[in-house]
Amino acid sequence: MAKIHVTTTINGDPAEFLCEPHETLLDILRDELQLTGSKEGCASGDCGACSVMLDGRLVCSCLVLGAEVQGSEVETVENIAQGDKLHPVQQRILEHGALQCGYCTPGIVVAAKALLDRNNDPSETEIRYWLAGNLCRCTGYDKIIGAVMDAAADMRGEAS
Amino acid sequence: MTYDLDNLKIVGTRPIRPDGVDKVTGRANFGADFKMPGQLIGKVLRSPHAHARIISIDTSKAKALTGVKAVIVGEDMIDIAHELSQTGETAIDVHDLSLNVLARGKVLYDGHALAAVAATTAKIADEALALIDVQYEVLPHVIDVDEAMKPDAPVLHDDMFTKGLDETPTTPSNIASRMEMGLGDVEEGFKHADIIIERSYKTKAVHQGYIEPHAVVANFAEDGTAFVWCSSQGHFTVRDLCAKLLGMDSSAIRVIPAEIGGGFGGKTTVYIEPLAIAMSKLAGRPVKMTMTRAEVFRATGPTPATSMDVKIGVTNDGKIVAADCEFRFHAGAFAGSPVGAACMAGLTPYALENARVVGYDVVSNTCKSGAYRAPGAPNGAFAVESAMDELAQMLKMDPIEFRHINAAEEGTKAIYGPTFKQIGCKDVLVATREHPHYKSNLGPNQGRGIASGFWFNVGGQSNAAVNVHEDGTVTVVEGSPDIGGTRAAMAMMAAEVLGIEYERVQVVVADTASIAHNDGTGGSRVTFATGIAVTNAAEDVVLQLRTRAAADMGIDVEDVVWQDGSAQATKGDAKSMSLADIAAKAARTGGIIVGRSSINARGAGPSFATHICDVEVDPETGYIEILRYTTVQDVGKAIHPSYVEGQMQGGAVQGIGWALNEEYFYNEDGLLENPGFLDYRMPVASDLPMIDTVLVEVANPNHPFGVRGVGEAPLVPPLAAVVNAIYDATGVRMTELPVTPIKMLAALDAYKEAAE
Ligand code: FES
Ligand code: FES
Repeated sequence: MAKIHVTTTINGDPAEFLCEPHETLLDILRDELQLTGSKEGCASGDCGACSVMLDGRLVCSCLVLGAEVQGSEVETVENIAQGDKLHPVQQRILEHGALQCGYCTPGIVVAAKALLDRNNDPSETEIRYWLAGNLCRCTGYDKIIGAVMDAAADMRGEAS
Repeated sequence: MTYDLDNLKIVGTRPIRPDGVDKVTGRANFGADFKMPGQLIGKVLRSPHAHARIISIDTSKAKALTGVKAVIVGEDMIDIAHELSQTGETAIDVHDLSLNVLARGKVLYDGHALAAVAATTAKIADEALALIDVQYEVLPHVIDVDEAMKPDAPVLHDDMFTKGLDETPTTPSNIASRMEMGLGDVEEGFKHADIIIERSYKTKAVHQGYIEPHAVVANFAEDGTAFVWCSSQGHFTVRDLCAKLLGMDSSAIRVIPAEIGGGFGGKTTVYIEPLAIAMSKLAGRPVKMTMTRAEVFRATGPTPATSMDVKIGVTNDGKIVAADCEFRFHAGAFAGSPVGAACMAGLTPYALENARVVGYDVVSNTCKSGAYRAPGAPNGAFAVESAMDELAQMLKMDPIEFRHINAAEEGTKAIYGPTFKQIGCKDVLVATREHPHYKSNLGPNQGRGIASGFWFNVGGQSNAAVNVHEDGTVTVVEGSPDIGGTRAAMAMMAAEVLGIEYERVQVVVADTASIAHNDGTGGSRVTFATGIAVTNAAEDVVLQLRTRAAADMGIDVEDVVWQDGSAQATKGDAKSMSLADIAAKAARTGGIIVGRSSINARGAGPSFATHICDVEVDPETGYIEILRYTTVQDVGKAIHPSYVEGQMQGGAVQGIGWALNEEYFYNEDGLLENPGFLDYRMPVASDLPMIDTVLVEVANPNHPFGVRGVGEAPLVPPLAAVVNAIYDATGVRMTELPVTPIKMLAALDAYKEAAE
């Protein structure tokens, strides 16, 4: 079967690729476009390691087909730091030691930023439910939650 | 050399880890993030049966498929005799490992690998797998450990005759071995008991649940050498096991340690790595293999299901007079469960005069069990600490007080042999009792449980080099894969010794050709053992710096001390030379400065932990909510407290999952029914409260900075802490894990009925 030609925007830049109908956006990002920051933990939508933004919505890229992103805008973890300036979520994760192996971290960064972009004053419970789709097996989530709360304060311009 | 722990500049602070930025930006390269030009994709054919004889495997159609470049089956592997290969914390039988990597004769569990293919695309590889024709004779299977021990159980291995009995049996069975250890006279001890409790407990197999599936890229070159990229807890272990399985020299295999996305003991052996090398050899091209999540669940090494009996006798004033345990652990398809460690650890928080533990290592038709964070200890502690809780109730004694009366201390002889030196068991209990959590109030349907746990921690072989660059910056070269921030700990210790800023130290985890053997990252050993190697290597640098400075100053090296990052003369004129000054002249004063150390570290210093757990049990649904959780642990000296706390929090949450949700669920055909994160339910953020940590710092005298292992002890207490809290909330004693809402509700109903 012929491959499908897809043109899209990834991290603000035009991108095009050929994909098979069954290939997921995650496969395309990692294998075709060399954007390996998004991770595969399950390929079934249960771990969130593959989290990306698709037209402003937080999605599991393993549940999106490559062919579906024709004409869309995709943003991945690689685009969250601006130049050498880390996003507050990234900075606070580092300061809190909110990562151990770091495999879940790209997904957590993308998901947490998506939350703070729509609500920069979430409660602990709101953060916990928002991140409930991002498995972290190392940290017990405690420091991740703390880091996101501090990042929210940063984004509100509060000194801490 | 030991350091004044109250006067440290860097150790004990919380700098950002050296590999941190790469890990928050997606730049870090994990196992599956690497590819090679011309690489093939390798896939594995796995058994659909729990137990079956392989009558034939016909690979001719798969081989004929266009795009298929290599196909291997078990018969292509070399035969290897039984031999234990030490991998640090555990020993692996390479004969069994070979059969686990590719089955021969029989498949022993659902998911057992029996053939592999490498093809130009993943799709072709999948098609090729479907074209392999395997004829099976399905055999009766056994999953449950107690069932597997019965004389009429289906036998997995015709050559398994129970070891450790007075007389070796003449008929094969699934009992690989029996072990026994003890202190004093148990029968005599029980005679002095006022109260004796006897209980049985069961746990299910649970998986480490690391989020990164196993992945490897291997390239076998025509000169007989192989390049291997993979994530593991020990790349030297990967190298040596692959060399044994494939009949290669260790020096011919170079393993590059990718960043590792979690292991918890599960990445201390090999599965697909030897297959990738073997198929690369056949195809003459690189081969990349990644496991799916289902493969990780079906065919790697979860910690085993267990069945345990505990009998403890106490006097009315709360003194334990005797303890007698029997632990039955299933090992999976091949011998080698962590039952030995369970026997050694289960009773060890207590000073006992009379104790006996008997362990059985049992095979069954499940994937070969692997190490999981304090392997065996959480199971044993679940049993012992549940019984201890019941005893405290019977004695009408505070559970911490009861434990404190019996707690191990300096001079206590442990059941596994040693007499403890400086340990923090009692300090931890006292800190727990004094924590505000322990004194806080509870509401209706709420309860509080505590439990203690012990882990040995290991030392082992580590080596490191500290390279001083001309500009006065430093690179530490070590060989322990960094799973949880150990690069930061190494940089901190090196900077402390050298007296320079943390930011001037970089840390590299080198590949197997660039540094000598290091035991794997396991046994909570890295900050301890590799930390000693790095400290020694940095001290070696200091000596060289002093020597060069002394020569420059024209005085004896004895008259030069190292202070605040510079060599200072103690005699004559007050001269001083900084590390950067000396480094800048190094080329002219004898060449670049390199410090080295190679050690086999002893005296890891055991860890003790006590956890407090509050739960609320919904009487309508049986749902158990964790309300509050506090972990208290003797951590030795915390080099980077954030990462120490992180270990404690992560371990506690894994234990909560084990207690409440996680289990390998087999159907009546012996097939795993939940090989995915949806049905194998690990804790998510919304299931949990913050996890409080109390670091009790009882320095380990055997480490220059007082480090003890930290990573494993936190998984030991939670199982019992959770069920003890459930008991406190409901009056119902749960003895089988996991306590799912369904089980809880049934138990609540039965309890109510009995009361009526
Ligand atoms: S890989 Fe997409 S959710 Fe797990
Ligand atoms: S840091 Fe390892 S999975 Fe989150």
